[in-house]
Amino acid sequence: MSKNNVYIVDGSRSPFLKARGRPGHFQASDLAVQSATPLLMRQPFEPEELDEVIVGCVGPSADEVNIARVVSLRLGCGDNVPAWTVQRNCASGMQSIDSAFSNILLGKSDLVLAGGAEAMSHSPVLFNHHMVNWLADLNRAKTPLKKIKTITQLRPKFFTPVIGLLKGLTDPVVGLSMGQTAENVAQKFNISRHDMDQYAVDSHLRLVHAQENGYFDNEMVHVYDDEGNTYYKDDGVRPDSSTEKLAKLRPVFDKKYGNITAGNSAQITDGASWLLLASERAVKKHNLSVMGRLVASNWAGLDPRHMGLGPVHSTIPMLGEHNLSANDIDYWELNEAFAAQVLGCLAAWKDPEYCKEHFDLDSAFGEVPHEKLNVDGGAISMGHPVGASGTRIVHHLLNVLQRNNAKLGVATICIGGGQGGAMLVENLQ
Amino acid sequence: MSEETFKHWDIERQDNGIVWLGMDVENSSTNVLSATVLAELYQILSKLSKQTLTGIAITSNKNKGFIAGADVKEFTQISNQQEALELVQYGQNVFKLLDNMPCATIAVINGFCMGGGLELALACDYRVALEDAKTRLSLPEVRLGIHPGYGGTVRILRHVNPLIAMDLMLTGRSVSASYAKKIGLIDDAIPMRLLHSGADKMLLSKPNKKKAPKISKILNNRLIRPIIAMQMRKQVAKKAKPEHYPAPYAIINHWQKYYGNEDIMLQHEAQSVATLSISDTTRNLVRVFLLQDELKALATSAPDNEHEKIKHVHIIGAGVMGGDIATWCASQGLQVTLQDLKAESLAKAKQRAYRYFKKRLKKPLLIKVAMDRFTLDVNGYGIPKADIVIEAIFENKEAKRDLYASIEPKLKSNALIVTNTSSIEIEQLCDAITDPTRLVGLHFFNPVTKMPLIEIVKGAQTNSNITQRAINFAKQIGKLPLPTKSSPGFLVNRILTPYMIEAGLLHETGHSIKDIDHAAKEFGMPMGPVELADTVGLDVGLHVGKLLSGAYGYDIPNSFEAMVNKGYLGKKSGQGFYTWKKAKKIAPKEKSTKSDHKIIQDRLILRFLNEAVACHREGVVANKDLLDAGIIFGTGFAPFRGGPINYIESMGAAAMHRSLNQLNIKHGDRYMPDSGWQNLKQ
Repeated sequence: MSKNNVYIVDGSRSPFLKARGRPGHFQASDLAVQSATPLLMRQPFEPEELDEVIVGCVGPSADEVNIARVVSLRLGCGDNVPAWTVQRNCASGMQSIDSAFSNILLGKSDLVLAGGAEAMSHSPVLFNHHMVNWLADLNRAKTPLKKIKTITQLRPKFFTPVIGLLKGLTDPVVGLSMGQTAENVAQKFNISRHDMDQYAVDSHLRLVHAQENGYFDNEMVHVYDDEGNTYYKDDGVRPDSSTEKLAKLRPVFDKKYGNITAGNSAQITDGASWLLLASERAVKKHNLSVMGRLVASNWAGLDPRHMGLGPVHSTIPMLGEHNLSANDIDYWELNEAFAAQVLGCLAAWKDPEYCKEHFDLDSAFGEVPHEKLNVDGGAISMGHPVGASGTRIVHHLLNVLQRNNAKLGVATICIGGGQGGAMLVENLQ
Repeated sequence: MSEETFKHWDIERQDNGIVWLGMDVENSSTNVLSATVLAELYQILSKLSKQTLTGIAITSNKNKGFIAGADVKEFTQISNQQEALELVQYGQNVFKLLDNMPCATIAVINGFCMGGGLELALACDYRVALEDAKTRLSLPEVRLGIHPGYGGTVRILRHVNPLIAMDLMLTGRSVSASYAKKIGLIDDAIPMRLLHSGADKMLLSKPNKKKAPKISKILNNRLIRPIIAMQMRKQVAKKAKPEHYPAPYAIINHWQKYYGNEDIMLQHEAQSVATLSISDTTRNLVRVFLLQDELKALATSAPDNEHEKIKHVHIIGAGVMGGDIATWCASQGLQVTLQDLKAESLAKAKQRAYRYFKKRLKKPLLIKVAMDRFTLDVNGYGIPKADIVIEAIFENKEAKRDLYASIEPKLKSNALIVTNTSSIEIEQLCDAITDPTRLVGLHFFNPVTKMPLIEIVKGAQTNSNITQRAINFAKQIGKLPLPTKSSPGFLVNRILTPYMIEAGLLHETGHSIKDIDHAAKEFGMPMGPVELADTVGLDVGLHVGKLLSGAYGYDIPNSFEAMVNKGYLGKKSGQGFYTWKKAKKIAPKEKSTKSDHKIIQDRLILRFLNEAVACHREGVVANKDLLDAGIIFGTGFAPFRGGPINYIESMGAAAMHRSLNQLNIKHGDRYMPDSGWQNLKQ
């Protein structure tokens, strides 16, 4: 152990609850509070002793803008614990961990609660700009005559809503939806519809297996709504998933000729996930037992049109700096935004040309075997609450390492807008 | 100009010509309007009336509440009607002076404002109240068997619709500042940050005084009043009989007959209160009020000792009792963790809590704050964090013992371990833990959110410091603590059980359940014994009954067991003695035996009283007063009778003893008078 070690002490998450067409029972802050309460309660220190709370969230509701502060206060961390919200799109929940990591390394913090939360089912439905302008005109019209005149200008198209979620899932710079960027990756590496569907089926079956074996029992907590129900299962899973069934689904993004369907993409889901990070000093002070060590992190940028390859771009330099090769990594968690994108990363890692072009490597980075990747399923089967996934994969990776008595793991995630994030962790249990 | 000083009032003159009168009653944590406080106010107002002022603002300088009302203790010292009349008239004169001040006056109600406190406010030109959950305004005199006497019945009608004003006085219910503003009782509800300056602004600008809404003119009309009054009497009769509770009827008569001329109305108000105040009902209700204070006083004042303060309650067992205890504690501001093996049970408990908070707190923000204090804890993570752990699992000795043994090593060293058992003696449970002195019983009653009493059950080996901390906890969560010996059934269940059994026997011998319940209600019980049994749940009643019948040797009617076997469990199953549809009871068609009314009543009540006498003799609680208090707050025993022992002694124990003897001869041993009767006032 050294002074510069940053430890992951404990973690927890809510079950990931699939959005079912209308706002779910929980706001993002509700899920965050309910999943962090047991985590904090089982610690030997009081919530007021935290140095800060950091939450990743892409779209907090209008009444939880700095959602981290809302959650921190609701958790009883007290007035004096600062809290801030971070946003790096799909990696917001990994950004929060990285921010904690930095502050602990800098010696600014010793004990940080970091996580991510998202209630995608609550994403807003907005008035379009016609309607907003019309309302402003109406508000400005002072005389009855002007009011009547403004009212007559109301048109049916003003009522067409803007779906906030769809806006958020579209890259505003290159004008492509996330699904279309995945189509790009599929095209680049020649990934077939059948391969994508097969990958999706595997994701579901792996999740079913993990659920049946209680692999999430030490990371998931119950959440409860106000109507007498409790939730303790990632409910987007389809145990009866098959390539035959998935083959029937229509492409969503490039509707006519595309291959990306709802079945081989991540689900729209609500969820929250947490990690507790501590410095060497805090571990000693509170006599904490630790799960593992956060060894390194790295962010990378790439062409937004191929954002799905972000994991490749973030992992290769990070592992290179630590003189590690693909074979040195025992387990991988690669967030499953799209099956095409996961398969694209696997292809890029072992493609000497791609590795030469982008990283100036003499040979391919190497092979990441499917048996070591996302062994308990991923966002395709359990959903991708964008703020929370980054935290979940780091936490779950440590559990996988622990279960298999393995040492090193990499969690990595692609980010809308053309970025990738990666973290290297070491199991200490 | 040097200001004369007063014991109970602080006087502060501002440059803007406004005088602030801050009430701060000496040697008292809350402001009460005792005779000396009123006398000082009279003196101060007389002086100020001769000065040229912009205005006078009256407020409380206590950190808790505005004015709690008149000094109830002074009430008990009144020996005759004339004395009562003089006392009331004096108060009226003080408030008349306030009403007629040459300058503008305002009451700045910064917290609870009850009875005489509100009457004082009503005598001011303006009233503003702090917008805050703790600010509640009420005229609760009717609960002591009287009605407002310092002009409240008169002046409230200046500002408030008579239907609402009468409702406030007839029920004694309290209202929030925002509601008070809505009905015109106050001019404005103001947040703390602007209360003082807002009151100043009002005195400087002197807006029009609030008048009762226009409809009031019609409602107060001479020809309309009798019709409304008749309706009100009908409403009141559903809740209180005139022979038991004369006050509400007096309030209605007062308005009906004397509305119109304020002076005449004031005179009659004083007469009416004086008459009521010397009645037995009032004496007994005042007694009950003071007994309540006596129970509260069992708690030692808030412990300075930080480590004895209860901040976090952990409750194990999320049944109705455990869940409701958790809900109640969270509503009282405590951090709560509720543990159960089954997440589904926890979810149901959360739903009940949510519904309760929604009904009580209404505002989404307040509900969320309360719910965030209410944590469901399937893993028991709360155990090592809690200051008190309350076990509320099913009534099984072995299960409870195993539980205590398993949690004891995890607890904070000074945490209280509490059982909510209703029937198992503490002595049979406590040796499951290494330190048996730390187990104490806290017996809550169902429904927890409504029942005011908690029996504090001290086992033979319970450490007295632990018992004291349990008492303090009860007070902290706004309940009345009743220290009880750990004998089977403790106090309340022990007394209720034979009474309910007697109802069953009466039914078996041909009396209709309607007649049985009617007889008990005629006596003044809030609910008949049959309805009570259905409400408690026949299975629960049978379980407790069996335990107690073993200990005290009486039989349980076969009909109880037969009904439970058929699944007739009472209200919760839809069928008990009554049929229950949507929480409403339907009596079966049975032949009435109304002619036996007195016999039914005697058999029920004497059995009840005989058990109370036995408890007194055995010292189940420390003394007569506590016994009466416990039975009134635990069973609802006719409050206007002042409790069972008070009732026996005021009627004469000898006569009742004779009646019991007769029943003993006729119906057998269960009427054997307890030997304790000899020691009561004959």
